[in-house]
Amino acid sequence: MEADTRPGLRICEGDCAVLKRDDVFKAVPVLRRRKIIFEKQWFYLDNAIGHIYGTTFEVTSGGNLQPKQEMEEAATETKEAGTDNRNIVDDGKSQKLTHDDIKALKDKGIKGQEIVQQLIENSTTFRDKTEFAQDKYIKKKKKKYEAVITILRPSTRILSTMYYAREPGKINYLRYDTLAQMLTLGNIHAGNKMIVMETCAGLVLGAVMERMGGYGSIIQMYPGGGPVRAATSCFGFPKPFFNNLHEFPLSKVDSLLSGTFSTESLPSEPEDNALVEEESNGSIDDKQASLQETEEESTTETAMESNQTEEQETMDINAEDIGFKENQEKENKENVREKQRKQQERRKKLIETAALLREKNADGLIVASKFHPTPLLLSLLEFVAPSRPFVVYCQYKEPLLECYTKLRERGGVINLKLSETWLRSYQVLPDRSHPKLTMSGGGGYLLSGITVVLDKSKSDSSSLEALTMDEPSSKKRKVQDLHC
Amino acid sequence: MSFVEYGDTIKDGDTAIVFLGHESMFPVKVQHGTVTQTKYGVIRHSTDLIGKKYGSKVTCSKGGWVFILHPTPELWTMNLPHRTQILYSTDISIITMMLELKPGSIVCESGTGSGSLSHALIRTVAPTGHLYTVEFHQQRAEKAREEFREHGVEHLVTVTNQDVCKNGFGVSNVADAVFLDIPSPWEAIGHAKSALKAEGGRICSFSPCIEQVQRTCLAMEEHGFTEINTLEILLRVYNVRTISLQIPDLGKASEDNSSIGFDSSNPSDEGSPCTNLQQGTVQFKSGVPLREMVGHTGYLTFATKSLF
Repeated sequence: MEADTRPGLRICEGDCAVLKRDDVFKAVPVLRRRKIIFEKQWFYLDNAIGHIYGTTFEVTSGGNLQPKQEMEEAATETKEAGTDNRNIVDDGKSQKLTHDDIKALKDKGIKGQEIVQQLIENSTTFRDKTEFAQDKYIKKKKKKYEAVITILRPSTRILSTMYYAREPGKINYLRYDTLAQMLTLGNIHAGNKMIVMETCAGLVLGAVMERMGGYGSIIQMYPGGGPVRAATSCFGFPKPFFNNLHEFPLSKVDSLLSGTFSTESLPSEPEDNALVEEESNGSIDDKQASLQETEEESTTETAMESNQTEEQETMDINAEDIGFKENQEKENKENVREKQRKQQERRKKLIETAALLREKNADGLIVASKFHPTPLLLSLLEFVAPSRPFVVYCQYKEPLLECYTKLRERGGVINLKLSETWLRSYQVLPDRSHPKLTMSGGGGYLLSGITVVLDKSKSDSSSLEALTMDEPSSKKRKVQDLHC
Repeated sequence: MSFVEYGDTIKDGDTAIVFLGHESMFPVKVQHGTVTQTKYGVIRHSTDLIGKKYGSKVTCSKGGWVFILHPTPELWTMNLPHRTQILYSTDISIITMMLELKPGSIVCESGTGSGSLSHALIRTVAPTGHLYTVEFHQQRAEKAREEFREHGVEHLVTVTNQDVCKNGFGVSNVADAVFLDIPSPWEAIGHAKSALKAEGGRICSFSPCIEQVQRTCLAMEEHGFTEINTLEILLRVYNVRTISLQIPDLGKASEDNSSIGFDSSNPSDEGSPCTNLQQGTVQFKSGVPLREMVGHTGYLTFATKSLF
């Protein structure tokens, strides 16, 4: 059937998939015979291959995945329940099953549902609890013993939530709703020519790429030796998406702006080094392990390996390791040639990207990095066309205050806005609806604005801005069209 | 120009945004021979707009000037004529991300209302996706169609005038996502489910009242939706201001130095980034919150439809 073979529909070997159990996510490569550890469970993904994304699985005793059967919830007969907890004493002795008893049940292969049932029956206080408390108790036990895992196709929503929960430090504590604001404020859409500067492991880049759908082009500015795109590879974009993804070193920006750009001294080393240093991406444990394997095995092989696609898919590297070992001597000679060829190619690409930047007609700028935003904005805005949005993220408010001031001095920007979003989750249950107990304390700050034609006579634009700053916010105007 | 593609110069027939200053702007339909009044004077479309680059400064007849901006869904949201209460970009942003929308996505929406969200959705799913939007008010449906036409996006959207709770979205098993902003969303959950693709999709319901949310969550559960999650998002804006605070006069220490506590004659250490501009004040930059902020728009409930 045509529907069955649509790309992205089914779990395929080589994909990056996201495992989900309750609210915990983890990104893993889909490989046969590769043991996965997730939420205290060990299993292989082999049986999941071929299933549709979104399928929920149970882990069998053999460490295999099995699609969860649709179970009819046991009909709730009029449950015996109490009215409140005034007589319930928490002495820790109400559960008659011991730790060992439960372990024995698990070892026997008893299903989670049955274990929960056993726990209920062996709890002396269960029938005294209120219905709500019983509900809560059952939910809690189910969460612990009825381990179901859903395999999800990666998306900005899933990956940004995952990173914020697991490794917020890698993404400068960029909370997912803040990222959502950036994508919309920046009017990221198909066909744009975007400039992206981020040090968020490639998550922001991936989000931008997703919203552009492969149309348009992106120039990623990077510090140091090369861009980090660890998170970007999780998205699973098709290869053509990368045809119009360019990169340019920050260290060359000044020379480009002053007209003295040359490719004489290229940034030190290709992406694989930058990748190995900067990302100890714990959320992809398997990738980490294979990166180390790769390092050990290939001393002279680095040139060959960096010849892979930009994202350093270590899944692919593993498969090729076997072939390498057999032809090592011949490889060495070819390596040198390869290295030179690669250098040439990089030089050529750099010149092309520089030309793209020099056009100064980018449709937008997104900055989300650990660096102070002011110097980045002041220089990168030069490459953006007038009447285009730009958004800067900073974990802290103060650098954006300075940025705002410097931008006002520079001129050529309007509608500057410094903001943050406040996000709150709710528990919605009959008679038990309320905000959840904890919420994120902060998700970072955004400074956004729109470029306009930069006035050569600086005083002109700054006086306009001075005027507008003192102006009280006027009421919204309705559409005004007058025909003469 | 179009709302889904940037253009460089202003053309006849474009919708452009006239920016007068902080939070002061309005949309304008560019037309040969037309004139627009602003508080800075008159703008003549034929000479002042058509052919100019977007982002240009235009001087009006009285001498003041404005900027002419390329339209975007976000600017449109801030300036469109309201026929109903609208969704603002803060909510629109999280809706877009949580529904996993991108180029090629098929989305269903009801009600269309004033088209604020609609424009944003169309922008996101272009050029290969589609928006099916349902509005039960006949005039609003017609006005929406008209606007989409004027904005050059009619090929990306289908407006249907019917009651989504009774007749659904007019399509089945094609949508990647469904959005509901109607008084009784629980009545449309079943239709939403059938509009969504068989292999799954995302749904979002926006309701101002918690009672509506409760009923909707229940309906979602009954229809087999999973990952049901309700949240709210609010925007906090800060004004960047340079603040000067006076240093209080605590008097002079007496001569015999029997002062208890600290020595007030000691000039305070200014190692911090504050500067004394004049005697007795400290200046600093601050992000000052606005006096009032939006405290509530609505609760957003998201869920997933999956086969399994």
